[in-house]
Amino acid sequence: MHTTLHLLAEAPPQMLPARSLMAFTLASHIILVPMGVALPLITLIMHGYGLRRGDATALLLARRWSAVMAVQFAIGVVTGTVLSFEFGLLWPGLMGRWGDVFGIGFGVEAWAFFLEAVLIAIYLYGWRRLPARTHFLLGLPLPATALLGAFGILAANSWMNTPQGFSLDSEGNPVDVDVRKAIFTPMFGPQYWHFVVAMLLTAGFVVAGVYAVGWLRGRRDRYHRLGFTVPFTVAAVFTPVQFFLGDSIARAVFQKQPVKFAAMEIVWNTDTHVPEYLFGRLHPDGTVSGGIAIPQLDSILAGFSPDTEVRGLASVAAADRPNATQATITHWAFDIMVGIGTVLLLLVVWYAFVWWRRRRLPASPWFYRSAACAGVASVIAVECGWITTEVGRQPWIVYENMRVADAVTGARSSSLWTMFGVVVLVYVLIFGSFLAVLLKMRTRWRLDDERSLGAGTMATPETDTPYGPRAAVAAGDAPAPAAGNGDGTAPTEDGRP
Amino acid sequence: MTAAGVVAAVLLLAVAAYTCAGGTDYGAGFWDLTAGGAERGKRPRWLIDHAMAPVWEVNNVWLIFVLITMWTGFPVFFQTVFSAMWLPLALAAIGIVLRGAGFALRKPTRRLAGRRVYGAVFAVSSLLTPFFLGAAVGGIASGRVAPGTEPSAHAWFNPTSVFFGLLAVVGTALLGAVFLAADAVRYEAPDLHAYFRRRALTALAAFAVLGAVTLTVAHGDAPHLWHGLTHGAGLFFVIVAVVSTLVTAGLLLRTSGAWSRPAAVGVMASAVIAWGVAQRPYLIPGRLTVAEAAGAPSTLHWLLVVTVVAAVLVFPAVAFLYRLDTRGELEPLADADLRRGGPEREG
Repeated sequence: MHTTLHLLAEAPPQMLPARSLMAFTLASHIILVPMGVALPLITLIMHGYGLRRGDATALLLARRWSAVMAVQFAIGVVTGTVLSFEFGLLWPGLMGRWGDVFGIGFGVEAWAFFLEAVLIAIYLYGWRRLPARTHFLLGLPLPATALLGAFGILAANSWMNTPQGFSLDSEGNPVDVDVRKAIFTPMFGPQYWHFVVAMLLTAGFVVAGVYAVGWLRGRRDRYHRLGFTVPFTVAAVFTPVQFFLGDSIARAVFQKQPVKFAAMEIVWNTDTHVPEYLFGRLHPDGTVSGGIAIPQLDSILAGFSPDTEVRGLASVAAADRPNATQATITHWAFDIMVGIGTVLLLLVVWYAFVWWRRRRLPASPWFYRSAACAGVASVIAVECGWITTEVGRQPWIVYENMRVADAVTGARSSSLWTMFGVVVLVYVLIFGSFLAVLLKMRTRWRLDDERSLGAGTMATPETDTPYGPRAAVAAGDAPAPAAGNGDGTAPTEDGRP
Repeated sequence: MTAAGVVAAVLLLAVAAYTCAGGTDYGAGFWDLTAGGAERGKRPRWLIDHAMAPVWEVNNVWLIFVLITMWTGFPVFFQTVFSAMWLPLALAAIGIVLRGAGFALRKPTRRLAGRRVYGAVFAVSSLLTPFFLGAAVGGIASGRVAPGTEPSAHAWFNPTSVFFGLLAVVGTALLGAVFLAADAVRYEAPDLHAYFRRRALTALAAFAVLGAVTLTVAHGDAPHLWHGLTHGAGLFFVIVAVVSTLVTAGLLLRTSGAWSRPAAVGVMASAVIAWGVAQRPYLIPGRLTVAEAAGAPSTLHWLLVVTVVAAVLVFPAVAFLYRLDTRGELEPLADADLRRGGPEREG
């Protein structure tokens, strides 16, 4: 406790508000990231399936997901812009000294994002007028641009974890920058693949969860079956992959960032035959209370043998390692992530087993209840993974090269707190409205569906596709001068009523 | 030219691109704000919603590129600007969130009260964001910040900053009106064309007057900038800006006005480039040169490589998007498309 107080007293007053603001905005943005990275892919799969089979239901699902993507992508753009501002507003010290060492990844990301924004605009707004094939083909590069964008961000983050590609001059400033080394740091590969797969399965589980809820409420038509099966299968394919990737990144952390590994597993003294703690709390004196200890397991997981030596937190000076609270946070976040991953794997095994034996979806409501929760659970897992890597690096912003305290802005802490308050308020409103808009869209579509089912217009859906030139364009799209009534795009619906 | 010089030129061009692309976007927000009550402003707002929707995200991605080039190419410059001008940049960031979210959420909202709230948020922040960004640029142009400057109002609340901020607002209004006038032709709405053409002319006149006043202010308040703008390449771009202004006015006065868009872009882009060129070889006049702020040489080279590769990929894509957009190939999914049984065809 004494050390904690001592460290807190030393920290500049800007630290807490700056950290809170960064954590809050990043945690909010990260909810949208899986959707931004992987929803286009899932939508394209559905779209391709619909085109190939001439399946109107699949195309309808793809169109509706596009409508959701339009809103979600816009909010992702603005919350992402805020993050790039915050690099300057909160951490000018980091960017001022290291910007030219690790910034190039962001350069790649900016252009990738540019391409993605262009392609997504064409995809989202091309449904009506572009020829079907052209529209689909123009959408196809979207997942690749998303992967490229993730490349840039993960290059920057893994550099902060295992910085390299520079040497320090006598004043401690980086010189002799080697860009290739600075991008491909030891943690880059493990972090990148772990992240990308996490995004794919999170998006899959989230989208499938929506239709699982529909199934539980008794809507078990083909529309809901398809809406569930495609995203859930994507997630199901990647979940076992993630299990191996997660395991290998944990070992990479053990090799390359032993102090972070010690925090993740709350290991205090360097030792062999280290037990694995499930949860539990680390105290500043190195004791652990609560939790379940499994003897030897940590050593076995880290090096496949109980004789593996695991470095403890006590092996570094107190000022250079996460404190007991931070280690406990890291440990809990890690355990929750692994726990969720394991449960999701069991769910996928269930799904795969039923499919293998019976060639159909599981019928148990418990499966759909779990599937409905899987979306939220995987978002929580993403948040936990991010907490693990960030809190586990404390007190460093650039591991062993710059402390968070040296990077923080000199702006008054009262201004920072004010901005924090404003941003929290704004984000709560935005995300609240976003959710409200999504729920409204869902309700509107459901009512439309029920109405059309009731009217029996489902008879020949296949004959209509959203493509091709529309004869009514000229008359319908130009705002009619006085009344403003045309077809579906007229001001009464899309303009201000 | 050194690698740092080339990166500085890229940065300036990116700022100019953001001013034009983002500016058009902010300008649409300006006219949304001034369109009047729900009934009177219905048709202008309808046009704004439809014309902006497919391209606004792309327009705003330029800003991210500006920031990244700043911190990768000139880390000290980035640190200095964001430390000293904390408040206007923080406000601009919040403004960007509010306007993006306001715009994105207004469209799917059906209730009038909800649309009013989102619309107002979108419009007001469209006005404030360019002002604060302009004010920050004014602080740079008048050399009020240097590495190590503490955050203070002095850095961004001074004559040059205020006039730069106003110039930014009026400039966005000009671009917005010019583009919306052209969009009205595309949407076959002659009344809206006239509506926005009148506003474009007003904005152009205001921009010209304000530009002249800003120059006078710079004479006393930002001597280095004044010297740069009245000599050599800076003067050349000032003249280009003045000529473009006259051309734009001429094109707007003729009813067709098809070429008014490139002309208006010429006004804004040459104004921005004139500012950048005028403060050569400084990033911050009298305080920080391009060479002093430059990042590691190998990074600058790689940044240029990345930029060239990306430009080869991105420019055709952006051009394709703008082309599709101006040809009316892009339109949002309507309710009919999202109903079972597919869209209904009439006619």
